[in-house]
Amino acid sequence: MHEVTIAQSVFEAISAEAKKQNARPIAAKISCGTMSGVNSEAVCFAFEAITKDTICENMKLKVEQKPIRARCKKCDEVFSFELHEPTCPKCKCDDFELLPDAPLMLEEIEFEDK
Amino acid sequence: MRKVRVNKRILAANEEYACKNREFFARHKIPCLNMISSPGSGKTSILAGTIARLKDRIRIGVIEGDIQTDIDAQRVAAAGATAIQINTDGACHLSAADVYNAVKELSVEELDLIIIENVGNLVCPSAFDLGETAKVAVLSAPEGDDKPAKYPALFRKAAAILINKIDLLDKSGHVDFDINRAGADILKLNRNAKIIPVSAKTGKGMDDWCDWLEKLVAKIHR
Repeated sequence: MHEVTIAQSVFEAISAEAKKQNARPIAAKISCGTMSGVNSEAVCFAFEAITKDTICENMKLKVEQKPIRARCKKCDEVFSFELHEPTCPKCKCDDFELLPDAPLMLEEIEFEDK
Repeated sequence: MRKVRVNKRILAANEEYACKNREFFARHKIPCLNMISSPGSGKTSILAGTIARLKDRIRIGVIEGDIQTDIDAQRVAAAGATAIQINTDGACHLSAADVYNAVKELSVEELDLIIIENVGNLVCPSAFDLGETAKVAVLSAPEGDDKPAKYPALFRKAAAILINKIDLLDKSGHVDFDINRAGADILKLNRNAKIIPVSAKTGKGMDDWCDWLEKLVAKIHR
């Protein structure tokens, strides 16, 4: 459900940038940590609905899910954390810290050539 | 075609309000908890029991978030707390702006603790920072011991996790819930989490929870 809020926020940010660039946006990439509970399909669906009859209509939106990372306290290895196998892949120990989840981010926008 | 790197945070508008709220709570030296769970896990019953136990020692203000009705605000007010109801009219979570507006209606100088009861939902509210001091998760036994693994976002971020309805575990066969499995999964995600088994119905464990709250208030409150 909160994907609508996210799509709205993405739309506003792209519209502002489009105005600045004075160009029509055709694609954009957003990213989020897997722990943010954001469903990629739902964001794209909401974005499509929201952008109808706007400058962002028919834009391609790509959502990249970034896995949560952990750092091993023994060997310093940084690895993708898996709940079902919460051990360091290098030294097999389970003494690690979870690194902050990636924030919801609008990374880049592609614009049509003028 | 040309690409423009933007690197703009998507929920920046919410984060701005969350920052304002965080500054407000810090300035008034008042802790604020954001309580999150599925609908029906017993948040309001836990709150009513908490208020009844602590009302002579801690003055609690409650911000109730629900899609519709003020049933919860009435329940916690009846238990002895100051309560503000927010209706989100369909939205699945409270936003930091909702809390910013609600806090203005509370007489913060006359309170020792603010508890936000978020809209019942195990997913969306955990994505919206409200500027709270800490998140508190409630998981009730009938929901199943696999929920921390399936919905890790909340359990990863919560400072305290209440496992409610443990009275049902005493009646063997009624509810299949392995409290050790749930606890182990929570600790894999969040090794500093304080896990408190409670029954809002029988009162079991409620003193441990109230003790945690009193320590938090003693640490932060003026």
